Amino acid sequence: MKITIASGKGGTGKSTVAANLACTLALSREVALVDCDVEEPNLHLFFPAAAVDVPVTTPVPEIDLARCTFCGECGKFCRFGALSVLKDRVLVFPELCHSCGGCSLVCPQGAIEEVPRTVGRVACSCPLPSLTLISGVLNEGEVQAPAVIRAAKLLAEGHPLTLYDASPGIACPVIETLEGSDVCVLVTESTPFGLHDLRLAAEVAEGVGIPAGVVINRSDGQDEATLDFCRERGLPILMTIPFSREIAAVQNRGGLICRDLPGWEGRFAGLFDAIVKIAGVSP
Amino acid sequence: MIVGITARAAGTDAPVEQRFGRAPYFVFVDTETGKVESIENPLVDAAGGVGPRAVQMFSEHGATVVITGQVGGNAARALEAGGIKAYAYRGSGSVADALAEYTAGNLQPLSLA
Repeated sequence: MKITIASGKGGTGKSTVAANLACTLALSREVALVDCDVEEPNLHLFFPAAAVDVPVTTPVPEIDLARCTFCGECGKFCRFGALSVLKDRVLVFPELCHSCGGCSLVCPQGAIEEVPRTVGRVACSCPLPSLTLISGVLNEGEVQAPAVIRAAKLLAEGHPLTLYDASPGIACPVIETLEGSDVCVLVTESTPFGLHDLRLAAEVAEGVGIPAGVVINRSDGQDEATLDFCRERGLPILMTIPFSREIAAVQNRGGLICRDLPGWEGRFAGLFDAIVKIAGVSP
Repeated sequence: MIVGITARAAGTDAPVEQRFGRAPYFVFVDTETGKVESIENPLVDAAGGVGPRAVQMFSEHGATVVITGQVGGNAARALEAGGIKAYAYRGSGSVADALAEYTAGNLQPLSLA
């Protein structure tokens, strides 16, 4: 089973939920936890361990100047500005390239070859006996987050139970993370911002056709607006985590509440049961 | 010589636009014949990579001089590679005003390094 933890709004507690859920489940089974927030992965902070790096490359164009006639077709085609055809030369901006391969298709001279370029890496570690942590890391200044997410997910293939920690937002990286998931957990907070972005994230999960449920984090007990929205949209509330100094203190020192605070291991086990119920597949 | 100027509208009476790649219009003036050509910039709402693509358009129009407010790093690299000189106009005047300042030798070259 593949579970995506997403949110829309940043800072609602995706990684907190993912890390605690993974740690709880790893007590009784094999779990792969994939950090798909490749622009700022942070799950390794909860699970420090030595990691093995695998580079991630994407194809970028290389111009054969012996064949190029500077006709400009590739530059006109590239909507990302990765190729500039000038009078007597072609400039390639590989960091702007999205690796669509279109330039090599439109080149009438066959002067464009695609060559691999490293844009990030995937770090693999085993911080607990039954837990494999796979973190995607996009290099600074790069744009191809989905390529790194794909590579990280690929390395987790074959695990019977996989958790994907998505990035905030609802753009390409989140869609890439959701792809192939059985179920989506949307972590929100009871603020106008949290609700605004929950609405967007719920629409995305629905659009991709993945069943979803909601975890309310930092709840002050006045979650009516969020509860109304969830009722209206048929989104089950899977768990509510209170706004508490004690929880924040554990979190701030890189601890896990399922390990450091009594009762939370059981609550995260309960969260998993609720997730299995809405996923409609066997764990 | 063809001078390309970033502008907010078409024609030489239009105000100069400070942004390079996302300027709404590019106005090309042939200083020998006085011919003016204005083109609407299709890159205004593009997601990214507009700098080098704008340079390519200037190159296609035969411009050897650009007058604008400022350029980014990728545009600078493309301008330099294309042998196009860029000059800074930070005033609030029209395309014609900027061209007059350039002709009078009052504009500073933009550093492309």
